[in-house]
Amino acid sequence: MQRHQANVLSNKQVSNRYWHMVVDISELNIDVDPGQFFQVRCADTYFPFLRRPLSVYRINEDTIEFLYLVKGQGTSAMTKIQAGQSLDMMGPVGEGFSLDPSAGNILLVARGVGVATLAAVAQAACRQQVKCYAIMSARSRDDLLAIEFLEDYGAEVFIVTEEEGTSDVENVKRIIKEDICATTVIDAIYTCGSRRLSKLSQSIANELHIPGEIALEEHMGCGMGACFSCVCDIREGDTTKSVRVCTEGPVFPLHKVVME
Amino acid sequence: MTSRKNMQVIIGGLTLNNPIMPASGAFGPEMEQALDFNRLGAIVPKSITKFPQPGNAKPRVCETNGGMINSIGIQSKGIEYFLAHTIPAFDKFQAPIIASVSAESLEEFVDVSATLANHKSIRGLELNISCPNLKGDGKAFGMDAAITRELISQVRTVTTKPIIAKLTPNVTSIQEIAVAAEKGGADGLNVANTMLAMAIDVDTRRPLIGNVMGGFSGPAVKPIIVRMIYQVAQVSSLPIIGCGGVMSGRDAIEMMIAGASAVQVGTASFINPTALTDILAEIEEYMEQNEITEIEELIGSIII
Ligand SMILES: Cc1cc2nc3c(=O)[nH]c(=O)nc-3n(C[C@H](O)[C@H](O)[C@H](O)COP(=O)(O)OP(=O)(O)OC[C@H]3O[C@@H](n4cnc5c(N)ncnc54)[C@H](O)[C@@H]3O)c2cc1C
Ligand SMILES: Cc1cc2nc3c(=O)[nH]c(=O)nc-3n(C[C@H](O)[C@H](O)[C@H](O)COP(=O)(O)O)c2cc1C
Ligand code: FES
Repeated sequence: MQRHQANVLSNKQVSNRYWHMVVDISELNIDVDPGQFFQVRCADTYFPFLRRPLSVYRINEDTIEFLYLVKGQGTSAMTKIQAGQSLDMMGPVGEGFSLDPSAGNILLVARGVGVATLAAVAQAACRQQVKCYAIMSARSRDDLLAIEFLEDYGAEVFIVTEEEGTSDVENVKRIIKEDICATTVIDAIYTCGSRRLSKLSQSIANELHIPGEIALEEHMGCGMGACFSCVCDIREGDTTKSVRVCTEGPVFPLHKVVME
Repeated sequence: MTSRKNMQVIIGGLTLNNPIMPASGAFGPEMEQALDFNRLGAIVPKSITKFPQPGNAKPRVCETNGGMINSIGIQSKGIEYFLAHTIPAFDKFQAPIIASVSAESLEEFVDVSATLANHKSIRGLELNISCPNLKGDGKAFGMDAAITRELISQVRTVTTKPIIAKLTPNVTSIQEIAVAAEKGGADGLNVANTMLAMAIDVDTRRPLIGNVMGGFSGPAVKPIIVRMIYQVAQVSSLPIIGCGGVMSGRDAIEMMIAGASAVQVGTASFINPTALTDILAEIEEYMEQNEITEIEELIGSIII
């Protein structure tokens, strides 16, 4: 993990609350895996003070992309960064997703900005000719992003929203079990972005004996494994173990995560 | 650029190649990927407790203007793990290891200190008598002069290695505690640990930290720490390690001018993983520009 100054190629608003940034990494000599993240310096001031963790949304030969929700001070400040400026980012950090190339079909379950993390899995799956099914959950249609990207990667996308009254857990469960798993053998489940959907994914994975992975989020201090601010509990046999999301994660085996 | 600069400083019998070292809890073996540990004046691992300790409720960090509040709660794997894994991870570097000790009772402080001091790789002890994140609403041993003196004098009986007392800024008179630590037999004083602080989300009206209160660090605290270094230097002849809010070489030099012999850097590494060595380079540059050959000249050089 290193600190880089990367050239910003574009930074644009893509919907009411979301922005998309493209960064040139051709000079950086780094390998980035889906699920890994960068600790981004949002502004060159002491406020916002800490770096913000952002996962890589898409990984290309010479660029990486971020998709971010404008939430508070940090991400608001990020929207001020213009093409041609440099982005101070530390990374790549953490352990990313693993994708078995022999998998036939995988299922992505994303809520909101969770798609920013899972899109890179869809991209990798497409490259390995693994078919993706994706549940995309959001408040409203306007909050749904990356649907075209996912479809370009050959993913079959199921959209559920609060606005349309389709995003409740029971309905998502029905879609997964009846519309997807009833006719297709799913080899792995990947999830990110919502505790309710993570719990659901965990219980379906258990029930159908499907391996899975989850990308977790915790508030971070250092993003380097040094401060122990980002811990969560992982089940290991009969015991639970405290792990750091930044370095031992952010991606963990779905069945091991203790859902609070 | 060939002029020779001597950056050596002495802390209670320990000669350090330079005055810059990490602050306990804001540093770990993982940072080796980003930072050359051989260039550090000393290595200070996270505070160690006798038994494994789970740490506090989440969120454990939050942000404030020019700083952060943390309530990690000394999450620790205990002394056995520390000796078996953490010390070997640092042992291969040149910089001397100063182990930071945290404990829940006076007896435990003595017990853990004795074990650590017996280890050949541990060159000194820093007693964290000032953590605001343990039980008792942010109260710490170091808030009471008599307890401070007693605690240090008892640890003194179990080791001849240097003992540094890490003082708390959360007291009415830091001078009083500094004097007590010196009388107890400390070889150096760390000024200081984090400031007890609190932040509230005005939308939810909930505290931003799971533990409600936590320790404030970062650039916003520096003027208070500089004041305390200056005050402590007036009443104690012990070497002082300044700690709190150092982000740049000039910040470190400011602390040395106020009276510090060495400086610890914590939160700055979260913003910039090479902060420790960048700060060192800036100090060298400052010495060059100001034609200072011995860094010790800076210590307590304030002109009033
Ligand atoms: C590994 C990881 C990957 C992430 N990837 C993305 C991504 O690709 N796109 C995206 O939009 N968001 C992502 N997030 C969430 C993102 O980091 C937060 O939304 C962001 O830090 C909020 O900062 P803010 O200053 O705008 O909001 P504020 O609410 O003002 O933030 C205040 C503080 O809380 C912390 N914080 C707030 N929300 C979160 C959160 N959900 N997770 C962690 N820390 C938080 C901030 O880092 C900051 O220290 C990711 C989080 C993690 C841990
Ligand atoms: C996340 C975090 C964890 C800390 N843990 C410890 C600790 O275990 N022991 C200790 O003595 N101080 C601990 N501290 C305090 C630091 O060592 C230091 O005193 C404080 O952060 C002020 O310095 P800074 O402003 O340079 O960060 C911690 C600070 C932070 C930010
Ligand atoms: S953020 Fe510091 S250990 Fe993970």
